[in-house]
Amino acid sequence: MRERVAVLAVAVLLIAAPFVLEALDEAFLLSVLTRMLAYALAAAALDLVLGYGGMVSFGHGAFLGTGAYVAGVLLHHRAEATPVIASPFRIGGTAEGLVAWPAAAAASGLLALAIGAVSLRTRGVHFIMITLAFAQMVFFLVLALPQYGGTDGLMVPDRNVLAGFPLRGDAPLYWVALVLVALFLAVARTAMAARFGLALRGARMNERRALALGLPVYRLRLAAFTLSGAVTGLAGAILANQASFVSPDLLSWQRSGELLVMVILGGKGTLFGPVLGAIFLLAAEEELAALTEHWMLILGPALLLLVLFSRGGLWRLVTGRCGDA
Amino acid sequence: MPEPVLEARGLTRRFGALAAAEDISLALRPGECHAVIGPNGAGKSTLVAMLAGEQRPDSGTVLLGGEDVTRLGAAARARLGIARSFQITQLCRGLSVRENVLLAAQGASGRSFGLLRPAGRDPARGGVADAALTAAGLAARAALPAALLSHGEQRQLELAIALAQAPRALLLDEPAAGLGPAETEALAARLGALKGQVAMLLVEHDMDTVFALADRITVLAEGRVIASATPEAIRADRRVREAYLGDVVDG
Repeated sequence: MRERVAVLAVAVLLIAAPFVLEALDEAFLLSVLTRMLAYALAAAALDLVLGYGGMVSFGHGAFLGTGAYVAGVLLHHRAEATPVIASPFRIGGTAEGLVAWPAAAAASGLLALAIGAVSLRTRGVHFIMITLAFAQMVFFLVLALPQYGGTDGLMVPDRNVLAGFPLRGDAPLYWVALVLVALFLAVARTAMAARFGLALRGARMNERRALALGLPVYRLRLAAFTLSGAVTGLAGAILANQASFVSPDLLSWQRSGELLVMVILGGKGTLFGPVLGAIFLLAAEEELAALTEHWMLILGPALLLLVLFSRGGLWRLVTGRCGDA
Repeated sequence: MPEPVLEARGLTRRFGALAAAEDISLALRPGECHAVIGPNGAGKSTLVAMLAGEQRPDSGTVLLGGEDVTRLGAAARARLGIARSFQITQLCRGLSVRENVLLAAQGASGRSFGLLRPAGRDPARGGVADAALTAAGLAARAALPAALLSHGEQRQLELAIALAQAPRALLLDEPAAGLGPAETEALAARLGALKGQVAMLLVEHDMDTVFALADRITVLAEGRVIASATPEAIRADRRVREAYLGDVVDG
């Protein structure tokens, strides 16, 4: 009950936000909100792996960054009128979101499939370290691409268009991000209540039992990891549009860690919690950074206390409900 | 004699210098209850783990319906029809009782990638699960989280899970472990009702249960088979009495 009220309240706030901000003459804040929603999408996607699957991925920054670079690079080549690939067949740049966003999701999804296929043969700390190692490989690979800015990052000259309609101003992109978050939450909630989710959760709670039941534990986890990577890539494509800039920083391990913090802070195994976690963490960073440059000194201990004393995270504080136990 | 459902041929497993299982052979025939007894450390649990595919034997083969499954892992063997219960209860404690059983039906049917319909409203697997819960006497507890069951009920759930797998061979590793006399009796009655329907390998310390249910008894000691015969013959066997049964039979 409280859960429904909470979801409804957050939804109403997010839908009202563009109108309220416009009325208050603070429309520029909408861009900040769009960034929060992009991270919310990535955090919810990570929750599939972390909260439901029990896999602590320390490499989701790689998927976020890959998606952002795919969208950014396609826009870059479109502006320069140069091909992304010249041979053996020609792939040109594009501004069309209906092409670029699925491409971003597909690239990140394929990367997740490859990384997952190897990493999921390990467990526990080994899994954490191997996902981190793969993400670092991707990070340094991108740094070594001077045509896309290397360490300086890539300026994105324009925004994607959606079915030919340009996404000018902050509102259209905000709506795109909000719809994507809502869609993903609906799809993921359904899938986690279905046979796929039951098997994934069961394998997390007791792997030995799951194997004795004949559940395809490895393939279930790989499917969840791949889906999560693809959606995280989509979030990256939104970020590239929002910032008009793609930084290799998106691929860094700090970013992977931040996504983990968002999920745990919000409440893992709830899908909605990580959305709150992302919004809360980014807002806190923003506010505290305005107060003092030593904002980490405040935020760090605050997060520590919250995680120590509210094991279900923010979602439990709001709804009284713990995540998937 | 009918073809065995499950057969072990010369299974050997060593941990360093210790032989946990040494050249164990036994055959489980359709519908029979084949008990495996022996003192602690005789290799009973190792045998079950090798039959279920959780441990690989150093040598020897496991045949299911005449086919060599020695190289298959636990999940693959489960899908082919080997179900097991655990000596120490293994449940998904955060899931409800019914969800635990649904998961078993799901694993056996090989359909775990359904994305749309809520798992609890899946008619095919739901029917299997509800029948298994009833057979195990847990229908009234279906909605409860598995973690909240009493120890005895958790053992019943282990049985319900194994039943929902609709196995060809059911391996029961000390199903009465930690149960009181009344609970043990109820369990024996439930297992007795299954006799003839599914081939059961029963590892058990409670001799009343073993002699009430078993069609055949294999006795292990220090990793080896020291006798394998009908319950009457085992009762009379001198070596078995010396190694293990003495106090039970004389008392």
